[in-house]
Amino acid sequence: MAKSEVKVLGAWPSPFVMRPRIALNIKSVEYEFLQETLGSKSELLLKSNPVHKKIPVLIHGDKPVCESLIIVEYIDEAWSSAPSILPSHPYDRAIARFWAAYVDEKLFPSMKEIVSADGEETKKVAIQQVVDGLVLLEDAYTKCRKGGQFFGGEQIGYLDIAFGSYLGWLRVTEKFNQVKLLDEAKTPGLVKWAEAFCSHPAVKDVMPETDKLAEFAKVLAKARAAPPK
Amino acid sequence: MGEEVKLLKTWSSPFVWRVVWALKLKGVEYVSVEEDLSNKSPLLLQCNPIYKRVPVLIHNGKSIAESLIILEYIDGTWNSYPLLPEDPHDKATSRFWAKFADDKVLPSVWVAYLKQGKEQEEATVSALENLKYIEQELRGKKFFGGESIGFLDLVLGWLAIYVNVLEDATGLNMITQDTFPCLLEWIQSFTDLPLIQENHPPKDKLITKFQVLVESYTAKNAS
Repeated sequence: MAKSEVKVLGAWPSPFVMRPRIALNIKSVEYEFLQETLGSKSELLLKSNPVHKKIPVLIHGDKPVCESLIIVEYIDEAWSSAPSILPSHPYDRAIARFWAAYVDEKLFPSMKEIVSADGEETKKVAIQQVVDGLVLLEDAYTKCRKGGQFFGGEQIGYLDIAFGSYLGWLRVTEKFNQVKLLDEAKTPGLVKWAEAFCSHPAVKDVMPETDKLAEFAKVLAKARAAPPK
Repeated sequence: MGEEVKLLKTWSSPFVWRVVWALKLKGVEYVSVEEDLSNKSPLLLQCNPIYKRVPVLIHNGKSIAESLIILEYIDGTWNSYPLLPEDPHDKATSRFWAKFADDKVLPSVWVAYLKQGKEQEEATVSALENLKYIEQELRGKKFFGGESIGFLDLVLGWLAIYVNVLEDATGLNMITQDTFPCLLEWIQSFTDLPLIQENHPPKDKLITKFQVLVESYTAKNAS
């Protein structure tokens, strides 16, 4: 399929945008990456995702697919040759989907709470919440990996993508708050997993460097604090 | 066959009913375990320790939580009556609207009917906007699944059952012939199905439940 047949609308800092890009890389599918500018939404984005007006959007041929995890499942099904992204057994798929939803609904919001915390006490509570969540994921990792390096086993899969896409922001949060969220003592498996994930060929060109992301975080904070035009 | 299927449920949860309908459509035999959410069973707490809520499906000892995930599990495990479409893009579309239904439609409709004051006003605006998208999705179709019900019909089925009850309990009329003709027709078609006629929460019990809820929210606001 020609490169222009597959487009991803997104932005390099977004963990959600990373997900379809990693999935396409796993499937060795070439795509055009169309980046949105911070603070404005392109015509194409508004046309392709009129309901939410959010990135990422995958455009395959001329059909848009929205919502990052739904896009990952679509990629797995539309390009059905190996390697598979979702596990093959329905129960393993349920577990992967459960933890992916947990990461989006619980873990990421509690990471954001560390950033928005006003005062040391609130921050401590927020940090503890994230650490508790990571301990749950450490347990899930032990059960899912079945001897392999990844949640998906020998190969990276759906849950690796869902959770791993947050690693850049996790590291920025650690850096800004001088705290270790993933640590050897409580989450030794995840520490190793994070390294393996970030250095995986499908991931390494898509995962932003922590310093670059930290700089962006500062720009974003300034833009949000600025009065509306 | 040696299959053991248990469903931890309550009589009134819209999330539970979608799983019941899925199991019935597929002809899966299962054992119902009624939960009292004010006194959760050790089994529920063990099977869904993170969210501690129903529904939970237990299949041959393995538990699956969260209703949309359960629906996908059921569809992947029992092949009769496929719930999701074959085509990957159509599948993605069903999943998109299911997520929209749970993230946006359900919460806004709930608050629009049951709460009061500013919260209700804002929720009503959202609910009407959200329902417009659903109305559009139905255009030209008998069901979201086409000629017969599918994944999205099960996910939105609570709308068909609960809206009449909510309107009776609160006196509010949000879904009218002028504004949502396709939705009203779908509600009729859906509730006419023998599957739904035989499997739904008792209406009078629901009305009472919602009246009590409205009263408790009013009392909270007043205090």
